[in-house]
Amino acid sequence: MADLTTNSASSVVLMTRIKAGYGLIVFAIGLTLLQYAGALPTWLHRLPDAAVPPFADWLNAIFNFVKDDLGLLTLTRFLTEGLEVLLDTTANLLFGKRRWPNLGPIPWSAIAATAAVVGYYLGGWRIAALAGGTFVWTALIGQWDIAMQTMSVLVVAAPLAFAIGLGLGILAWKSPGFDAVLRPILSVLQTLPFFTYLLPAVIFFKVGPTAGAVATIVYAIPPMILMTTLGLQKVSPEIVEAGKMSGCTRWQMLRHVYIPAARTEILVGVNQVIMLCLAMVVLTAFIGMPGLGAKLLAMMGSFKIGRSFEIGVTIVLLAVTLDRMSKAWVVKLPEHFERGTSFWVRHRFLLLALAAFVGFTLIAQVVPILSEVGRKQSWSQGKEIDNLIKGFLAIEAVQAVTGSIRYVLNIWVLNPFREFLLSIPMPAFVMLIAGAAVLIAGRREAWLAAAFFGLVALTGWWDRSIITLYSVLSAVFIAILLGVPIGVIAARKEKRAKAVLLVCDTAQTFPSFIYLIPAIMLFGITATSVVMSILIFSMVPLVRYTIEGLRNVPAEMTEAAEMSGATRMQKLVNVQLPLALPTMAVGFNQAIMFAFFMVIIAAFIGTQDLGQELQRTLAGTDLGKNFVLGICVTLMALTFDMVIMKWAEEKKRRLGLG
Amino acid sequence: MDRPVISAKNVWKVFGRDPKGYLKTMPDGRSFEDIRADGYIAGVRDVSVDVARGEMLVIMGLSGSGKSTLVRCFSRLHEITSGTIEVDGEVIGDLSEKELIDLRRSKMGMVFQSFGLLPHRTVLDNIAFPLEMRGQDRHTRRARALEVIKLVGLEGREDYFPRELSGGQQQRVGIARSLAIEPDIWFLDEPFSALDPLIRRDMQDEFLRLQGILGKTIVFITHDFDEALRLADRIAIMKDGAVEQCDTPDQIVMNPATEYVARFIEDVDRARVIHAGALARAGQLGEGAPVDSRATVKQLAHQLVNDQRAIIPVTENGKAIGAMSRQDALDILLKVG
Ligand SMILES: Nc1ncnc2c1ncn2[C@@H]1O[C@H](COP(=O)(O)OP(=O)(O)O)[C@@H](O)[C@H]1O
Ligand SMILES: [Mg+2]
Repeated sequence: MADLTTNSASSVVLMTRIKAGYGLIVFAIGLTLLQYAGALPTWLHRLPDAAVPPFADWLNAIFNFVKDDLGLLTLTRFLTEGLEVLLDTTANLLFGKRRWPNLGPIPWSAIAATAAVVGYYLGGWRIAALAGGTFVWTALIGQWDIAMQTMSVLVVAAPLAFAIGLGLGILAWKSPGFDAVLRPILSVLQTLPFFTYLLPAVIFFKVGPTAGAVATIVYAIPPMILMTTLGLQKVSPEIVEAGKMSGCTRWQMLRHVYIPAARTEILVGVNQVIMLCLAMVVLTAFIGMPGLGAKLLAMMGSFKIGRSFEIGVTIVLLAVTLDRMSKAWVVKLPEHFERGTSFWVRHRFLLLALAAFVGFTLIAQVVPILSEVGRKQSWSQGKEIDNLIKGFLAIEAVQAVTGSIRYVLNIWVLNPFREFLLSIPMPAFVMLIAGAAVLIAGRREAWLAAAFFGLVALTGWWDRSIITLYSVLSAVFIAILLGVPIGVIAARKEKRAKAVLLVCDTAQTFPSFIYLIPAIMLFGITATSVVMSILIFSMVPLVRYTIEGLRNVPAEMTEAAEMSGATRMQKLVNVQLPLALPTMAVGFNQAIMFAFFMVIIAAFIGTQDLGQELQRTLAGTDLGKNFVLGICVTLMALTFDMVIMKWAEEKKRRLGLG
Repeated sequence: MDRPVISAKNVWKVFGRDPKGYLKTMPDGRSFEDIRADGYIAGVRDVSVDVARGEMLVIMGLSGSGKSTLVRCFSRLHEITSGTIEVDGEVIGDLSEKELIDLRRSKMGMVFQSFGLLPHRTVLDNIAFPLEMRGQDRHTRRARALEVIKLVGLEGREDYFPRELSGGQQQRVGIARSLAIEPDIWFLDEPFSALDPLIRRDMQDEFLRLQGILGKTIVFITHDFDEALRLADRIAIMKDGAVEQCDTPDQIVMNPATEYVARFIEDVDRARVIHAGALARAGQLGEGAPVDSRATVKQLAHQLVNDQRAIIPVTENGKAIGAMSRQDALDILLKVG
């Protein structure tokens, strides 16, 4: 009986929710129609400029206060000195910048050989070949110096991010109060578009590698904190008690019990730190940091597709190498040596790595090609690839295909959709979003969604925000049309699913920048390329979660459907897809997050959205505007995240999959 | 009589938001369920036990009855909510952090159900860990660790990592580690429960052998009655955090204090538990060849059936301590009453 009443009570709540949702949507449609009829006053269509509070100025005032009056700038400039010494050292060692210790550059062959030995130690021949091969490729293709410019920041930023993340993680784990303060900051940091990291870094730290390193470090810290706390919390209570009973002091507990026992999670954190650092180091090209990213940006800008492609391959190889090596480290467990094993055998890898390093360094003194690959000697085929691609694109059939895709997309899909979104009056748009949120998630989410979009409107960047949203939505929509079927087909066979998942995993380690290359290759520097690059980028999580969702449907359920004589299609539509939907929603959510991320990078191609404005702020010092723009992106992204995740959780609970 | 090594008086351990405050205002006689209804969990309820020097106290009870919690109170891994616990005459609740660490470093060893080994350390380093923590130099701790490794029969495995060992071997490492500092008091929390039955038997034999050599004061937790009978001097039976009865195995089997204990021992073969000594009545003498007080009724089965005497003298270490009624013993053997 009690059950019945709560049931009917909840269905009443549901009914009012549905009513409220449709009510909002109908009202929004009404407003829009009024606008079309020309009967809506303009101040209801868009917020008048006079009503937009000068958020940027306020923020600037706060920043200036913190920067000058509180003396933060002095502090950061002071910190910069130390960082600069580190960066100069690595820059000298890796690519021979004229700074202390004036030893470098280390010959490329020595680095490649050492990397191969480390790779062998961590994961056998495959990783050895991958690591060695990556560096050999980089040298031979003539990109050693720019790659080392990137690496010189990475090898400083990653350890620092690791150390800071570990320290903060330990603090958060020790002190619930600190944790409570830290957590919300972290979740905001993780949704802030990376551009909001760049400008403060430039302003508070010196332009160039230092600012790049700072932005990179800040960007990579949050996951390290989270993994550290997670790992420490998961240490088995018996191990903790064993430590206490062994008479450990607090420091000994941490040093000898907790941290070693949380090794796996901490190393997973290391992997994430390295990958995020690489992604960010490449992106620091936007604030003028030299390296692979900057070169890629320049090459794409002048449409040198061949060279862009080669740089892309280098970045991808580096990403895969770093990812595989750090993952191999996670699973590498210590092996014992038999008694009486000699020093040489116990430390054979260390000795081998040393030997390789010293050996190649010495040989390189005599054989110059092993020390440096000159411009003339490099194997770069940039021009040839350019010609090849140009030739390919010039083929009539290809031109017809890309041309018609572009035409259809632009004229029939993208432009009308964009115009339509822009034509909706702002209040109607907010209502639509709130209505959808109330239908999909719930009342709380609807209020928040309305508040978030309301704030976006208040910033005065409404049109550009809508254009951003339009790029995201259209790209994700097409990504669903393509990605879900791919996932469904891949999920059918175990082997195929594994292969596709591996591809997705690998693709996810690529710095997002890379995804621009194929898009620009096929569609040139056009709006279609923007959508295309977002599309490719956001398809990865969609395919991935579709496969995982489908493969995790409990076997008894599909078997039950088979026993009742369902065809494969019926089984898919009636059993598998509904059950996989919550998981797929997570993928959908990630796709949208990725798309928001990519849309800003793609703005480099030339768009009219927030990304474009954001990139423009980087040239100046308008920190306030930079933040306002970043927050617009964050607010929209958060709205989707909140609504979709709530729906997925709810659904999972109701399906009893939680 | 010696002072007890561990002496617990009216110990309470309540889990929850404000256990101390709750316990202060809690009316007398609240049961485990009542306390749970108030939003708290009574891990240990008003327990008073003493453990004498060299004694082996076995704590028994179903899972969740508070055995582990009680033992963790003895070693102050848990702070008790009320009551006092003395170890060697010192109230451990009053020790400073440093004193507590010193106590653990010098007097206590503990063995855990799932071993609690540090996965990144070799067998040798795991065993030497407590020594390392108290700051002994490398050489001494290595020498001592090798000594205990020999004691538990793990020679040749010194450089292995825990995951390279079988469950039984891992628990030997756990035992060796707990013995490395030569503790006076040894806590074992279901040390053999995670092992296969055959290995468990081996480990029990091994444990008895060690105890024969070392003669430590032991608190041993198990939920296996057979194990308890093989090992115990006294058994404490726990239910819902309270000790229902704490006595020798013979007494528990012959005179269960509560309904619960009676049910608990229902399926036990009493003939295997009860010793002649427990049946002997002082003052009676009997005639003829005596039986040894440490023999169980089961062991005497043959003699009991064939003997014609009504009362049989019982001796302990060769000295007469009384005599037992043959009929009583036969009743136990034949499961009458
Ligand atoms: N840290 C804790 N927090 C809350 N409840 C606990 C905690 N530790 C044990 N308990 C509870 O105390 C009771 C006794 O647990 P325990 O001593 O582990 O039982 P046993 O070892 O006999 O199986 C159980 O109900 C358990 O849920
Ligand atoms: Mg227990």
